[in-house]
Amino acid sequence: MNIQSVRRWFSRASDLANEFYNAPYRSAIARAKRDEDDLFMLLVFSEMMGVPNPAAYYTLELQPLMLERFHEWHQRMGMEHSPLDHFRCC
Amino acid sequence: MNAIVMMVLGLGAMFLGYVFYSKFIAEKIFKLDPNFRTPAHELEDGVDFVPTNKYVLWGHHFTSVAGAAPIIGPAIAVIWGWVPAFLWVIFGTIFFAGVHDAGAIWASNRNKAKSIGNLTGDVVGKRSQTLFMIVIFLVLLMVNAVFATAISGLLIKFSSSVVPVWGAIFVALIIGQIIFRKWMGLGAISIIGVLALYALIWAGPSFPIELPETVMGISDNAQWVLILFGYAAIASVLPVWMLLQPRDYINGLQLFIGLILLYGATLLLAPEISAPAFNSNTPEGTPSMLPLLFVTIACGAISGFHGLVASGTTSKQLDKETDARFVGYFGAIGEGSLSLATIIAATAGFATLADWEAVYSSFGQGGVSAFVEGGANIISQGLGLDIGVSETLLTVMAVLFAGTTMDTGLRLQRYIFQEWGSLYNINWMQKAFPATMLAVGSCLLLAFGAGGADGSGGLVIWPLFGTTNQLLAGLTLLVITVMLVRLGRPMYYTLIPLIFLLIMTVFALIVQLKDFYNSGDWFLMGLDLVVLVAAIWIALEASAGLTKIRKEQKAQKQQ
Repeated sequence: MNIQSVRRWFSRASDLANEFYNAPYRSAIARAKRDEDDLFMLLVFSEMMGVPNPAAYYTLELQPLMLERFHEWHQRMGMEHSPLDHFRCC
Repeated sequence: MNAIVMMVLGLGAMFLGYVFYSKFIAEKIFKLDPNFRTPAHELEDGVDFVPTNKYVLWGHHFTSVAGAAPIIGPAIAVIWGWVPAFLWVIFGTIFFAGVHDAGAIWASNRNKAKSIGNLTGDVVGKRSQTLFMIVIFLVLLMVNAVFATAISGLLIKFSSSVVPVWGAIFVALIIGQIIFRKWMGLGAISIIGVLALYALIWAGPSFPIELPETVMGISDNAQWVLILFGYAAIASVLPVWMLLQPRDYINGLQLFIGLILLYGATLLLAPEISAPAFNSNTPEGTPSMLPLLFVTIACGAISGFHGLVASGTTSKQLDKETDARFVGYFGAIGEGSLSLATIIAATAGFATLADWEAVYSSFGQGGVSAFVEGGANIISQGLGLDIGVSETLLTVMAVLFAGTTMDTGLRLQRYIFQEWGSLYNINWMQKAFPATMLAVGSCLLLAFGAGGADGSGGLVIWPLFGTTNQLLAGLTLLVITVMLVRLGRPMYYTLIPLIFLLIMTVFALIVQLKDFYNSGDWFLMGLDLVVLVAAIWIALEASAGLTKIRKEQKAQKQQ
């Protein structure tokens, strides 16, 4: 047994432990993260829905970055196309 | 007889069951196919559906099904002597639980990893699905009430465990933060976490905490029940990564450490079993062994709760279909071995028969505290640990298992209320807070309604909880049997356990109904009646469903 094989064994064990820690809660946490992302999206697109947004200057820049997620979002919400008049998606 | 003989016989039988019987079931009955594309691959999304290494999957399948129930049940049931409890745990694990758990994974796996509840709707019928929801709700309700009572009893009896039990929650909270913020790797943090927990356990006996005997007319037992539900209510609405996830992880490690300690100490000490093989001298008021044994030990022999875990999360992460044998069947064996350790602790941990009889002075007495006392005797003599520390160690283990089940159970109950809220358009019921309050309220109603103002009611309903749990297992077995019949495969390997369970549960329900009537306990009698109706309903659904398929198949053959 040399040091390298011990190290390989240790890293394998810690990978398994990581899986063991994360696997049961993966979906609950991903869902919670998605909810938070949705809230953030709402902030970014709030002007378009008639909610005044003091940081519009900055959030406008974020809109193109959010495009992909926006598509996923409106599909998940059961709308085939973008619900916003000025923001076409697909 | 020496406890090592019991240990070797039990573990050996379960091992043979895994090697031979589970191979037969997996290859000849379920016909598990290594080339079948499992839902984890077909629907892989990185969230719910993730192919997972089979040892990891087994690890968390086992740790999520093994809790306080496989400890409490056998610890109560040894009052009839150790042989009946031993036989039911071993044969139940081999022929009932293993087949049931692996079967639930298989059934769900073949149906896009749907939960058994949804499967019941698809395979058996809509009516059965409604029934399923009701039975699940009852199981959760009872498990919360029972565990609250069991924990409060332990915290009073072993006051040295109060500090480590609540300290463990803070350890979990801190670990949760450290991992969430990625301050440290998991390997280091597991070692630190376990060390911190055991330091607390070691310190526990020096700082015993006892609640005042009465506060505003509420007994100490009832105070603990209220505190526990307050805690569980808060824990059930916290984000899972904050408390539940690190706590589950520590509990998982605890489970393995506890099993190693108990079996290791038994091997070193080789204690004699002081309890009788068959107890002919049962205390007054002990119900007859038949049928009560088969509902007193539910988890550890067969438990419907496993079907929920197997079909809810495990089946979504199955890498290969053939893994179902290891994950499901060996998971059941893991739980069986915990029950076996409990039986050893509760029968061989006492020096003389008189000591044992003093602990088991009446039915429902002894129970989990007998497990703690007996197990602590074995550990302290076998490993040379201080008796107070050993007692604290086992108490903390039992309490943490029960506590995690409580806050998971409360969370699930909240979801059910929220679902009902959206089903019947009741807006306020869909929000987390009021739904949690309803869940807590219904559990408290049961905990206090069943046993009076001191909140000791929980353990009265233990057999009723076992019955309901068995019914849930019966429903799962029904789904598996119907699927097997549709595929034209032998059905007796699941049908015979199903019939056995139904007969025993109905029998037990009627016996208990008579007892509740005699003692004038109308509340529990009502609950018993509800469960009885559900049991008969399942029996009718089963026979109707199976006859219908039989007829269809006959008609097809004639064509």
